[in-house]
Amino acid sequence: MVETGQTPPLLRMRGISKSFPGVRALDSVDFEVSAAEIHAFLGENGAGKSTLLKILSGAQPPDEGSIEFDGRSVRFVSPQEAQAAGIVTIYQEFTLAPDMTVAENVFIGREPGGRVFISYRDLEEQTAALCRRIGLERSPRALVRDLSVAEQQMVEIARALSMKSRLIVMDEPTSALSRAEVENLFAIIRNLKRDGIATIFVTHRLEEVFEICDSYTVLRDGRHVGRGKVAETDMDGIIRLMVGRDVGLLAAREESFNTGEPALEARNVSRRRKSTDSSAIELHDVSFRVNRGEILGLAGLVGAGRTETARALFGADIFDSGVIAVGGREIRVRSPRDAIASGIGLVPEDRKQQALFLALAIRTNLSIAAQDRISSMGVFISAAKEDALVEEYRRRLNIRMASPDQIVGNLSGGNQQKVVLARWLALRPQVLIVDEPTRGIDVGAKFEVHNLLVEMARSGIAIIVISSELPEVMALSDRIITMREGRITGEIMGRDATQEKLMRLMTLGQPQAA
Amino acid sequence: MSDGKARSTDTGFDAFSFLARFAPLIFLLLLMLVFAIMEPRFLSSINLFNVMRQVSITGLLAIGMTFVILTAGIDLSIGSLLAFAGLVAAAVAKGGMQDRFTVGDETIGYGWQLAALAAIAVGLLGGLLQGVAITRLKVPAFVVTLGGMSVFRGAALLFAAGGPISGFQPDYTWWGQGRIFSVPVPVIIFLVLAVIAHVVLRYTRYGRQVYAVGGNPEAARLAGVNVNSVIASVYIIMGFFAGLGAFVLSARLNSAEAVAGTGYELTVIASVVIGGTSLFGGSGSIFGTVIGTLLIGVLLNGLVLMNVNSYVQQIIIGVIIVLAVAFDTFAKSRRKRA
Repeated sequence: MVETGQTPPLLRMRGISKSFPGVRALDSVDFEVSAAEIHAFLGENGAGKSTLLKILSGAQPPDEGSIEFDGRSVRFVSPQEAQAAGIVTIYQEFTLAPDMTVAENVFIGREPGGRVFISYRDLEEQTAALCRRIGLERSPRALVRDLSVAEQQMVEIARALSMKSRLIVMDEPTSALSRAEVENLFAIIRNLKRDGIATIFVTHRLEEVFEICDSYTVLRDGRHVGRGKVAETDMDGIIRLMVGRDVGLLAAREESFNTGEPALEARNVSRRRKSTDSSAIELHDVSFRVNRGEILGLAGLVGAGRTETARALFGADIFDSGVIAVGGREIRVRSPRDAIASGIGLVPEDRKQQALFLALAIRTNLSIAAQDRISSMGVFISAAKEDALVEEYRRRLNIRMASPDQIVGNLSGGNQQKVVLARWLALRPQVLIVDEPTRGIDVGAKFEVHNLLVEMARSGIAIIVISSELPEVMALSDRIITMREGRITGEIMGRDATQEKLMRLMTLGQPQAA
Repeated sequence: MSDGKARSTDTGFDAFSFLARFAPLIFLLLLMLVFAIMEPRFLSSINLFNVMRQVSITGLLAIGMTFVILTAGIDLSIGSLLAFAGLVAAAVAKGGMQDRFTVGDETIGYGWQLAALAAIAVGLLGGLLQGVAITRLKVPAFVVTLGGMSVFRGAALLFAAGGPISGFQPDYTWWGQGRIFSVPVPVIIFLVLAVIAHVVLRYTRYGRQVYAVGGNPEAARLAGVNVNSVIASVYIIMGFFAGLGAFVLSARLNSAEAVAGTGYELTVIASVVIGGTSLFGGSGSIFGTVIGTLLIGVLLNGLVLMNVNSYVQQIIIGVIIVLAVAFDTFAKSRRKRA
């Protein structure tokens, strides 16, 4: 218990319950946050975090329970009411208008000025002051569209501050940031703490909890299972609370299944920036090779060109020059169809936007790339063959689902990712590129996905793993190459890699040895 | 991110989603019940076949439109394309433009077979042109087919030079006026094609790809689906149905004219949407479209029997299409929350 006795907490939620048809999302959950505290709010996907945060932000009413904020009993019926009381939530998907300026976004709906006209001078002065406070070096007149993700997040924070908020909820604020940007965000959060503002911090990167948070609350299956001071626990303790069991997480791999036979080779793959897309990342003479049964890690900070490399190899983006060879034979890749025909698969970084048909059934999602395996007479889909296919991968990947006709959008993140992996496995690829394979999925599912990738390597598939989490890259990879600004900057064997060594290669960018 | 509620639909029976799914059918049956009570003539087999025959043309178009809307597309040009294709079919049947008004056996024409083929060829070609414009020139379907609406109507007016082409051989008009065991031929054509379209969408690889492209085009592309081909294909399919519908309509009216099919796009889109196909793509069915088509037909027929002014009927159709989409949006947001 964190209760110190003297001052009442800033936020006290008691006995919060919420049910949806067929599921009890929250079961009498207690949640407390003290003033000026950075509070980690943890739990696997499906634990009920989002539901509790929605209740806190006024987006949904609780079925039962009480909320006290700043000593007063409150009951928010809309996000506006919660904001007026001083609780602002920053969601993963920002709520900014891209074609409006920074200042307009910060004060949207609350513009200074008279009844009719906006005072742009006040608007911009106040915004400039907020930007200085959090270190956003942008003109209030800059268009949000032109800002990086990290800067847009700062605009969201500036907006929260402009509402005089006392409690800022950040839902996975670091998931799309590079390491340097995360540092910067943490500096901002510490400053907010100094000003007496509390932060609820939701993250899947547990190391961040130990870096910045004062205390934590863990939910599991809609129940409150633990809370305390971060200083009084460790990583294993929190993981145990989250999963309810011991997980041998990220133990380095002993065996290698590298056969030495080349599966995929990239030679001098380059891509120039198009005038139509000035934000695109260039690739400069990217060359590497991955063997059958080998797991190759591709490490780099956000913007290093990892995803762009993957998309170029897969034909999702056109590259300007360079050669790709599969199994020693040069191939022409002008579209994903070409790549698939050559035995290359890609699990893209954004599961929901780029991989899944959220409103369609599991069967469609799973079999869409491997229709050859389930068709009869080349035209029709054989329900029997498809059922068998889905069942085969449900068993092999331990996908928790009710039936093949279940809508994929109703699965948890981990199970959704397994469906995407199954889609490619069903194609029996020679090379599988996985971009952020465990982003946004819970610890248990992460472990399963890791085992699955190793199993795939054992069966002779060449695997390229892209991940922002260095421990993940290190645990999985036989060999790791690092990238920076569209160039390969180094190569290191998995067993020799340390986070420090990798970080040096990723940030210092020594040129690739020829 | 973490959704405790996300598993709700795995377990338990959701009365609302059941109701939403069968709402069009339930509404159709209710409507029939109301009309039957208010106007006993409504349930006579003559009247019911009459309703079916009236909706069979828009029903054919609605089958094609279902493919288009499943990919989150739209086709506004169908009424104009139908008029143009109908005139071409009529001209072929009459062996040219000179004999446009002659009725009877002395006409030297090319027979209904060639006429039907010509109508379908015009439809396919119109659909192909629009499909290519949408996928290659990257112009939104709304704009391309709005243009097509004007282009094909202009072509029809030019072709007809102001007048209708009437008077076909009996074997031609049989396709619009004939009966097989007292079932009107257009109704049979409509139902047979509905079954075929249902099979294509449900049980073929192509059908899956249509849903996939509508559900998430980028994901479909990255899964190896040739998205542009699928999109172009649905406009070609739409064109086929416009051509076929043109032939059947001209057979039924024993005439083709340049103003035929005016306003059909609204009725057809309404039929598809009322049948539960989402304008945002990726969800819907031919079964729903058939129900939606019948619903509109029954509604119009009932209003006629009750002597409601035909302008009022237009107003009612307009309101219903908005309500149907509102219902769809509501059901979706409800599904998301639940």
